[in-house]
Amino acid sequence: MIITNIEALPGKTIVKHLGMVQGNTVRAKHIGRDLMAGFKNIFGGELKGYTELLQEAREESVARMIEQAQAIGANAVINVRFSTSSITAGAAELFAYGTAVVIE
Amino acid sequence: MANIISFLVLLILGYVFGQWAERRHFKFIQHRERLLKNILCFNVKTLPSYDTAPDVELVVGNVVISIDYFKRIAAGLNNIFGGRVSSYESLVERARREAILRMKLNAKERGASMIFNVKLETASIYKGNGQQVGSVEVYAYGTALIDNH
Repeated sequence: MIITNIEALPGKTIVKHLGMVQGNTVRAKHIGRDLMAGFKNIFGGELKGYTELLQEAREESVARMIEQAQAIGANAVINVRFSTSSITAGAAELFAYGTAVVIE
Repeated sequence: MANIISFLVLLILGYVFGQWAERRHFKFIQHRERLLKNILCFNVKTLPSYDTAPDVELVVGNVVISIDYFKRIAAGLNNIFGGRVSSYESLVERARREAILRMKLNAKERGASMIFNVKLETASIYKGNGQQVGSVEVYAYGTALIDNH
């Protein structure tokens, strides 16, 4: 499975477009991480716990997108975009979407 | 009285440690930017033409950075008088440069030297209860070109 955010793949031709595929995940913050974040809010600096949390969540949304693409028989997802939105205080939605294609 | 004292202590702690952390972070960013300067970033979609097609792969980098107490109070004052909120400018700049560096590092680990269609996404993170945290997340992603010959 090839994942890119460009529209064409070098040296390969797209033989079939299968439409849009997407994956999302909503994550809430962990209380321990939240405490640490409160501390960091005084001194400033990177919130490593949140960085990891959001990265893991994005990886999961990409994995779900890939799952969906595989289910419809695609072997690549092109033009992938990410989007983040905070739904309520303490939870964020990470969303990944792209176009599933068959390449040769 | 105790409230005022704790406020002042937090303000001083925030100022001293915040400034120190920021200066150290900028130095660290500059150092790594020099090390990774041979990895080129483009925000165009069209790839250069190749004789043998390179592999492509999505590379990403993200970071969440929090503002310190002193700067948050300073930004609050700025909100009253208007004008540039320079304390947040440096926060977002640090986050963007850091995210791009992590993306470049991710590309380097895969043996790529060019990243195309670089996109940056910024999200603010709030704590709720009307309590503004002032953390920012920057996410950088792009397509790395990996020469496989």
